[in-house]
Amino acid sequence: MASEQKPGAIVKFFERVGRSAVSGIEEVGNGGVMVAESLYWTFFGFTIKQPVRMNAVIQQMMEIGISAIPIIALLGGAISVTLAIQGIYSLRIFGAESHVTAGLAFVVVREFAPMITGILVAGRSGSALAARIGTMKINQEIDALKVMGISPIRFLVAPPLIAMMIMVPCLSIMSAVVGLFLAGVYINYDLGISLSAYWDQVVEILKVEDILQGLGKSAVYAIEIAVIGVVNGAGVSGGAEGVGKATTRSVVQAISAIIVTAMVIVILSTF
Amino acid sequence: MGEDMVSEITREPEKVIEVEDLVAHYGDREILKGVTMDVRAGEIMVIMGGSGSGKSTLLRFLMALETKTSGRMSILGQDIDTLTTQEFTGLRKKLGVAFQGGALFSSMTVGENIMLPLYEHTGLDRMTMEIMARMKLEVVELGGFEDLMPSELSGGMIKRAAFARAVVMDPSILFCDEPSAGLDPAVASALDDLILNLRDAMGMSIVVVTHELESAFKIADRITVLDRGHILMVGTVDEVRNSSNERIYNLLNRVADNENLDPDEYLARLTGEDAATWSEPL
Repeated sequence: MASEQKPGAIVKFFERVGRSAVSGIEEVGNGGVMVAESLYWTFFGFTIKQPVRMNAVIQQMMEIGISAIPIIALLGGAISVTLAIQGIYSLRIFGAESHVTAGLAFVVVREFAPMITGILVAGRSGSALAARIGTMKINQEIDALKVMGISPIRFLVAPPLIAMMIMVPCLSIMSAVVGLFLAGVYINYDLGISLSAYWDQVVEILKVEDILQGLGKSAVYAIEIAVIGVVNGAGVSGGAEGVGKATTRSVVQAISAIIVTAMVIVILSTF
Repeated sequence: MGEDMVSEITREPEKVIEVEDLVAHYGDREILKGVTMDVRAGEIMVIMGGSGSGKSTLLRFLMALETKTSGRMSILGQDIDTLTTQEFTGLRKKLGVAFQGGALFSSMTVGENIMLPLYEHTGLDRMTMEIMARMKLEVVELGGFEDLMPSELSGGMIKRAAFARAVVMDPSILFCDEPSAGLDPAVASALDDLILNLRDAMGMSIVVVTHELESAFKIADRITVLDRGHILMVGTVDEVRNSSNERIYNLLNRVADNENLDPDEYLARLTGEDAATWSEPL
């Protein structure tokens, strides 16, 4: 009897895996279509008198960007100071603590500022986007838009996508500047290197490519956060509980996507 | 000349919606099984049926919100299968919908909700749009409520505001999904009067989905009775009332009918779970 049940369980397991894989691929496909459609409406919407509304984009930029400045500055600063402390501690073993600035500048500008910013925006705005679109779907507001002849992609997806693509890189720059400054203050206190000398070192070490790499990553994270939020929100079913699940799922997926993307970009750019 | 006059008088009113042999599936399940019906210009067509009969699903197809498996459907003389995206958008501007829960945008005031279609589809200045929105709110007896948020309105008021938004572009066809659901009899009756007034004052064709018999008999010019994805009959109020069909008798006399009911199918139809997963994401 048990041997008869075993193949059934295995088949069910592979069925589940297969279904999850297909659903994952479908979500990636939906995300790609949404990005493409958003870009279409952004650049060509005005040709058919259906532009993406600038006031909606600005409103999203305020929500995603301006409101997030304090928390991103705080966390960017905290991470950078922590990195400075750990860097000095590690390099002191080799008597090379005065070289901490080099490692710090690279890692903050290329990795940590974009990553911390991405993670915070995913938690604040990606989840809010998933919840908003999920609630709108359940309340038939998305159907209402369609029947009114208003593209939900143009009305709901393009504004936050554009806003994120502008604001996440801006927030990353801000996070990097605040982080490097606060780390400089700590280095000044611990190693006695003056702030101006520290800053000269930072400017000398960093190249345009390093800054561009940080900005490029931020833009990729922004797209990931927006698309994951929208795809999860649009897939909501089952009422308020479904909205809650979609919100949690979007945060987990966005943070995972950001960290994996960071690793992939580092591997590709290093080799 | 005389014959022309006779043919003019006896000619059937123009059909604004024509559906022929519509078949639709949710996943593997057949939800609409060869539906053929039409809606004439200026009439109120009520789609009636028990829970899970497919009436809300049929309404979604009539509003062109879903993709059919087979069959033919034309709205305002345009075959929806042959329309380009732009033509389709143009067609949708001529449709208004009052959803069951209102579907007002919670982040906008009542006035902004009503102005939205005007803002998106016309080049009118804001003051003109505000005047038009106020006029439509007056029509639904919600004058002075334009600055409130939807969360500040009662259920009946939300439905009225939804009607105002649905008719702000003066559509040719108005769709109403369960307008009386969840309302007390007095408010429900007032909404029925509103539907009749909209038809009489604006001359639009109205399609109403409801399971409220009293409401259906009050407002309908014709009734389509739907049962498990099939059309049982299309007729006037009197024809439906006097029908000898057993299933229609059961529906009108509220006799429970659980014969051959597949619990999974019934539950899926009620919850719409399959519909949600089957539909395109946005």
